[in-house]
Amino acid sequence: MTDLTTLTLAEALDGMEKKQFSSLEITNAFIDAIDKANPHLNAYVVTTPDLARERAKASDVRRAQGKAGALEGAPLGIKDLFCTEGVRTTACSGVLGEFTPTYESTVSGNLFRDGAVMLGKLNMDEFAMGSSNETSHFGPVVSPWRRGNEDTKLTPGGSSGGSASAVSADLCLGATATDTGGSIRQPAAFTGTVGIKPTYGRCSRWGIVAFASSLDQAGPIAKTVEDSAMLLQSMAGHDPKDSTSLTNALPDFRAATKRSIKGMRIGVPEEYRVEGMPPEIEALWQQGIEWVKAAGGTIVPISLKHTKYALPAYYIVAPAEASSNLARYDGMRYGARVAGKDLNSTYENTRASGFGKEVQRRILIGTYVLSAGYYDAYYLRAQKVRQRIAQDFRDAFEKVDAILTPATPSAAFGLGEKSGDPVAMYLNDIFTVTANLAGLPALALPAATDANGLPLGLQVIGKALDEESVFAVSAELERAANFRAKAAKWWL
Amino acid sequence: MSIDEKTVRKVAKLARLALPEDRVKPMADELNGIMAWIEQLNEVDVEGVEPMTSAVEGLSLPMREDVVTAGDDPQKVLKNAPKSEDGFFVVPKVVE
Repeated sequence: MTDLTTLTLAEALDGMEKKQFSSLEITNAFIDAIDKANPHLNAYVVTTPDLARERAKASDVRRAQGKAGALEGAPLGIKDLFCTEGVRTTACSGVLGEFTPTYESTVSGNLFRDGAVMLGKLNMDEFAMGSSNETSHFGPVVSPWRRGNEDTKLTPGGSSGGSASAVSADLCLGATATDTGGSIRQPAAFTGTVGIKPTYGRCSRWGIVAFASSLDQAGPIAKTVEDSAMLLQSMAGHDPKDSTSLTNALPDFRAATKRSIKGMRIGVPEEYRVEGMPPEIEALWQQGIEWVKAAGGTIVPISLKHTKYALPAYYIVAPAEASSNLARYDGMRYGARVAGKDLNSTYENTRASGFGKEVQRRILIGTYVLSAGYYDAYYLRAQKVRQRIAQDFRDAFEKVDAILTPATPSAAFGLGEKSGDPVAMYLNDIFTVTANLAGLPALALPAATDANGLPLGLQVIGKALDEESVFAVSAELERAANFRAKAAKWWL
Repeated sequence: MSIDEKTVRKVAKLARLALPEDRVKPMADELNGIMAWIEQLNEVDVEGVEPMTSAVEGLSLPMREDVVTAGDDPQKVLKNAPKSEDGFFVVPKVVE
């Protein structure tokens, strides 16, 4: 019998529909795989095997009764940023202690409504602040990928490092993730998986631990473009509990992956050719351009001239919003309280002991840029630069239907190789952060491997609300790239 | 604009983060490193540009009926409290 864990989501749903195997069988296969791999990869911070088997059995009953949902019986991993009822949720921060929500996030609830089965909670950078999964309170995630025959531990990227590592290593059929500056797309690119951040507002933020509210957006990490479309279909949709949730009707994302791109105009921004970018990434981008042309698309050179200012603007806006959002962690209503001599010192001790180094750094930057006398110089200016960046995209989308770029400026790096230099770490998100600032949908997909055999990704950015074009172009590139590389399961 | 040690102490106080004295200087250096990189924003001409305050254009905040939609479940609310008693959160003394 085939190893059920290596199936795509679409294949697994088809197999269950044809009664080739049950949800309980594939769920058990994943539970076994996690048991073997997790001590090496640290992708899951909580596993819920009993709950998973119980829900898989209930799912098999529903399918037998002809009541199968769109994701009926599919075992998924849930990023620890999503509140899950009765299952510990800490955003991988010490400050939340053993916080166990009494409610379910809208996005995870939508997946369960459609029949999905949860395998556990996935590791991530603390409060989603990081690009290598090294800021997690529970230790870094290790990528299943290795450089050639070396055994150096590589990062799966971040902040959704657990999601990317788990999908790549066949420890779930797909996973939820979130993206504030690239936290879905950069880990997807590093691990040979597909990740899409939809238009801001497509997925409800209700029940997702907040980082930077004007940038945070949920999306899936999956094995294929089609799988990512199916997961997003379930995750997205209007939610009255999030005032920024969009009311627009959801198109059929999966159908969009079958569309031809003939006649589409695809923009290529000159500003994404950055100094120090490896020639392999430049070559991959060129290859992507050729694939678009071969499929009948037209390449249009465009200019997004404020690109280089996107990261500095982000590092004002995101810490400012984070410092405000994270003010709630005072040790009074939930989390781990550390007593002091009075109320203020209890707050200060609780927060100093609960938050990790990078989170403290960002809270201080955010507090500084919002403090009296600096607001106009920093925060207001950053919001204006953000407008410039969004305007660049609006102008470009007068001429093109989608934009093609590399997903990251490098392949995955080793754990510890960049953790000493915050700015070098921040530069990982140089190609992804612009879509967050402008609120646009963007997808990363694997398209080649480098000389060491590590995956490299392309990114497709679309107009607001036009995920369909993003899916169409991405699926075309996926067919052309025919990326088949898999990380060897060295932990077995 | 350079961040001195006095500013670091003040900001840490505002953020309610206990910062040990031996971390003040290194933190000032780290923040200055990041802020120096951020200074390049001053190169951008933002004359007459409206600050972007929403990721989605033309979105107005929805209003709803002013009615209770959730609540009346103190057990759930207190479930994760570090300390609670008789249906209340127990916190350090606030008023002397």
